[in-house]
Amino acid sequence: MTLLLVLEQVLNGLQLGVMLFLMAAGLTLVFGIMNLVNLAHGSLYMVGAYLATTFYQWTGSFLLAAALALVATLGVGIVVEVVALRTLYERDHLDQVLATFGLILFFNELIAIVWGRAALYTTLPGWLSGHVQVLPGVRYPVYRALVILVGLVVAGLLWVLVARTRLGMLIRAGASNRTMVAALGVNIRLLYTVVFGFGAALAGLAGLMAGPIYAVQLGMGEQILIQVFVVIVIGGIGSMRGALLGAIVVGMVDTLGRAFLKPMLATILSPSAADTAGPAIASMLIYLLMAAVLAVRPQGLFPAQGRV
Amino acid sequence: MSEALLEIRGLTKRFGGLIATNEVNLEVPEGETHAIIGPNGAGKTTLINQLAGDLRPDAGAIHFAGRNITHLAAPARSLLGLARSFQITSVFRDFTALDNAALAVQAHAGHSFRFWRPARRDLALREPARAILDSVGLGERAHVLAANLAHGEQRQLEIAMVLVTRPHCLLLDEPMAGMGSEESQRMIRFLGGLKGRHTIVLVEHDMDAVFALADRISVMVYGRIIATGAPKEVRANPEVREAYLGEETTD
Amino acid sequence: MRVPSRRPVAAAVGLLALALVPVAAGLLNQPFYVDLFRRIMIFAIAALSLDLILGYGGMVSFGHAAYLGIGAYAVGVLMHHGVQNGYLQWTLAIVASALVALLIGAISVRTSGVYFIMITLAFTQMLYYLGISIEEYGGDDGMRLAVRSQFPGLIDLQSSTAFYYLVLAILVAFLYLGHRFVNARFGMLIRAARSNVARARAIGFSPYRYRLAAFIIAGAMCGLAGALLVNHTEYLTPEFMHWTRSGEIMFMVILGGMGTLVGPVVGAVVLLLLEDVLSAWTTHWQIILGPFLVIAVLFAKRGLIGLLGAEASPGE
Repeated sequence: MTLLLVLEQVLNGLQLGVMLFLMAAGLTLVFGIMNLVNLAHGSLYMVGAYLATTFYQWTGSFLLAAALALVATLGVGIVVEVVALRTLYERDHLDQVLATFGLILFFNELIAIVWGRAALYTTLPGWLSGHVQVLPGVRYPVYRALVILVGLVVAGLLWVLVARTRLGMLIRAGASNRTMVAALGVNIRLLYTVVFGFGAALAGLAGLMAGPIYAVQLGMGEQILIQVFVVIVIGGIGSMRGALLGAIVVGMVDTLGRAFLKPMLATILSPSAADTAGPAIASMLIYLLMAAVLAVRPQGLFPAQGRV
Repeated sequence: MSEALLEIRGLTKRFGGLIATNEVNLEVPEGETHAIIGPNGAGKTTLINQLAGDLRPDAGAIHFAGRNITHLAAPARSLLGLARSFQITSVFRDFTALDNAALAVQAHAGHSFRFWRPARRDLALREPARAILDSVGLGERAHVLAANLAHGEQRQLEIAMVLVTRPHCLLLDEPMAGMGSEESQRMIRFLGGLKGRHTIVLVEHDMDAVFALADRISVMVYGRIIATGAPKEVRANPEVREAYLGEETTD
Repeated sequence: MRVPSRRPVAAAVGLLALALVPVAAGLLNQPFYVDLFRRIMIFAIAALSLDLILGYGGMVSFGHAAYLGIGAYAVGVLMHHGVQNGYLQWTLAIVASALVALLIGAISVRTSGVYFIMITLAFTQMLYYLGISIEEYGGDDGMRLAVRSQFPGLIDLQSSTAFYYLVLAILVAFLYLGHRFVNARFGMLIRAARSNVARARAIGFSPYRYRLAAFIIAGAMCGLAGALLVNHTEYLTPEFMHWTRSGEIMFMVILGGMGTLVGPVVGAVVLLLLEDVLSAWTTHWQIILGPFLVIAVLFAKRGLIGLLGAEASPGE
């Protein structure tokens, strides 16, 4: 368990964290502004990943494929919003949960029809493979470093957007005062579509970046979605700050836990016990963390002010 | 040891930068009907919410029947005999009027870990419920879904639910709200019939009701009580007149 | 004058029909139907247990499938270690489920709305991952059940028909128990808290401990369903606890009509029959089911029971 190894895992944790943040930000925005629980958020992530992989196969250019996938996912998001989600804004959360669950089934099957049920694997272009020196003596995969960079940049842009622009002000005024926002002369419908599209784009971005790291397969959206829920519960619903901090914490705990829990347990338990207990507990860590946070601070660590 | 039934000392509540309740002091002796009036936004409902236990004060204390209830949860206060009605009528809409009243009886009849006997055939619950509905004039409407009751009837139902638990003190938040003049008169007569038997703290805008019912009145402005006293005194108080300038009796 | 509710009649007819399935299957020489309807009834029990907290309690638990898994694993694990006694296994299934429900509930029941949904979902997934990671019990692939639970002297589950009638008996028993629960003081409190929690607290109810109790009872009932399920399939996998299972069960409740007890049973029948028919048609049946469910939720909120006009009259 060298320092190098630890550093590498910390960076991996950060990488997972920024991806969780991208997802959590989109989900939080949509929930905070439109009061919509969208279980199909993960499906948009999946769509982004599949499209990016396919576009890369077609065009041979990673960047072009990424851009296309981003735009296409944004498009899919807008279509879904207009066609399926508009009726849900007025409904209670149970209806939203069930309806978006139906959407998940639909998307999973649609993807299965088009791409089949086997997982897809992407290769990285030459300029993205290989390693880079992030710190003296620390070599880290270029691609993952890029993901971290992109994630942090987007987080920064989001902060500027929410804290400094008119749109951000509307976002913060949000669902807590729909009538006031409408009275300001803002087209609510358009605002909602824009916000949802934005959330879809964030999910798509996370998805297209995820492809080369994790397998592109059916159900990948739900896998990450539940981790995103943990992020939101820990960070506090409706809060961007909470989403970022929650995401980093969850990313770190999950990654470091999976990497180091077994060897750590092996020092106190027998190797075979550690072999079983290690991975088992590691997979439960973030949920145990969530339980602990809830026990102490039920609204999360950084709940949004003025929002439930 | 004061003999006031309800005693409020230094009660303070802030929402961010806004002070909703500003060092409020009030004593309500047993049997008194005490009205709290004031312009909109004065913090009257916030005060009631703190008395009822739905809102935690930031500072100060509330004593009820000698006990410090400042941090007691709302259900516990109800069990101690402090009952409230809401500004916007709040009943169990998908239950009948009789069910509503019976639920209030059930809440004060010990624990509810009873899994076998149908509650609707439990006379210990049904009889007091029926009786209270009759006494508020809803006897004919016992089997109507609360959602289908007229607005005034829902208000009556709320009062019934408040009364069936035989509370010591009633906290009524704008009981006249949304009522036509005939309904208001009926409600005033009804509440008048309760005077003396119960201690009542009443938040109201309807001045007819206030002057007809109140033994004493407190005037709240911007979270502070600026005057307390018998109706005649309060009416003559210059500060009060200023606060109400342009705010004549409304409904 | 109150018109008597059609619901008990509809229920009686339905249960009678279910009782006759093995007879009909025997006459038609199609034992497959016994299997099919037994599976449907097991899920009906699970859906029924969810209705207690969802339909009556307003607690949108997206983690109910966890208890199917716990019940199944209780049986499977004991079987794996040589304990074949059904009484022990099924008791453990119920007790373990109740215990887990207590732990999860103690944390989640305090929350509500979106938080509750997310938290129950997260905990279920945690159990799923736990199941996957324990290699000894098959991990990802799951494991076979050596034999069905043994009830020496009482019943031989190996007999398809005997097992069928046991499941039916449990379904009937739970329907009756559920009916008692929701109409007793306990149930009235839960329903009141769902209807208007502020008013419930204002009259003196403290809903938390009762909702937690309901959560535990529902979990325990579903745990038994899990024990039944693993005996039915004779195979155990973590997929029993996958959150999409939770979604399916929830759909059965909504489709049939939540807050009716009978509704979830109807919902289970319809949904599973639909799945059976659709999957024979095309392997991509979920693409039809998905939108169907969305539409059902949007337009038929009171479920099939509501559509049939068999809802309860006021004061029932």
